[in-house]
Amino acid sequence: MTTFLASPRGTELWRGACDSLPMLLGAAPFGVIFGTLAAPSGLSMAGALGMSLFVFAGSSQFIALTLMASGAGLAVIVLTTFVVNLRHALYSATLLPYVAALGQRWRLPLAFWLTDETFAVVQHRYGAADASPFKHWYHLGSSLAMYGNWLLWTLAGVLLGHSVEGLERLGLEFAMAATFTGIVVPMLKKRPMVGAALAAAMVALAARDLPYKLGLMLAAVAGVLVGLYLEERAGEAK
Amino acid sequence: MSADEWAIIAGMMAVTFLIRYSFFALGDRIQFPPLVKRALRYVPVAVLTAITVPMVLLPDGQHWQLDVRNAWLLGALASGLIAWRYNKLLAAIGGGMAVFFLWRWLMAVSF
Repeated sequence: MTTFLASPRGTELWRGACDSLPMLLGAAPFGVIFGTLAAPSGLSMAGALGMSLFVFAGSSQFIALTLMASGAGLAVIVLTTFVVNLRHALYSATLLPYVAALGQRWRLPLAFWLTDETFAVVQHRYGAADASPFKHWYHLGSSLAMYGNWLLWTLAGVLLGHSVEGLERLGLEFAMAATFTGIVVPMLKKRPMVGAALAAAMVALAARDLPYKLGLMLAAVAGVLVGLYLEERAGEAK
Repeated sequence: MSADEWAIIAGMMAVTFLIRYSFFALGDRIQFPPLVKRALRYVPVAVLTAITVPMVLLPDGQHWQLDVRNAWLLGALASGLIAWRYNKLLAAIGGGMAVFFLWRWLMAVSF
């Protein structure tokens, strides 16, 4: 093991994991909150761990919990997951030049582990000036660290949720509202983004009683269209 | 774990992996049109806002609660302000939750 870590591959692997440390700390509370919220939302212990193990996409896991708690069906949850995770296609496209030469046994797992955090970390490393032929080991190190971290904190949350009585009456669901607010607000710097948020909010409120959570889909579409329209108009005004 | 849960997890896994793997698999044979790239940037804001705003304004899922007694509203405003001012996600979550719990407690003792 020590000899492996001293080899060029091992060094890249280790550095990838170490450089992901701030991201690991940032993801930890979300893993715990996801785990604790699983039971009150109606997701079993195994289900919560399974979701972290097989889906491995934080924001869509949270949204799935919210949707499950409100009684949404399979199609709505899967469709929402698709919409929420579409941004990963951009990451995938951006990293492609760096992984294109690797075989499928590298590309398959690296794709499975591709998250916002690992993308941010490895993009930097891939773009570095040195010509190391082992940068994909760095990518692997970041991926494994994020994955292990997410599983560990989900487990901690699940255990906490099952051992503390009455957790569902504490209002922990508010953590989700606080998280989403904290993510969205700093993005509202330009007028098209503000317009997209307002349109999405209004449509979501107006269409909240539609079946199958269709209101959410309509709101997403409305937000994107208004954002594009305002961006277009701002471009013409220049 | 129920069959329903397995189906949900399998479905979520399938779409998530498909999105992440699509470009790695296709290689450079395909490129997003610029319009799609621009549209994708609005997806997170639109989806997250559409989920959060009804949660906050109708905490029980049925009735509007647009008054100062609504701890969800106060907590979300606190999160939003902290996020806007300091751009620190964890501080926004922690601060919002502190306001939420404090407000709920205050409302419970005083009404």
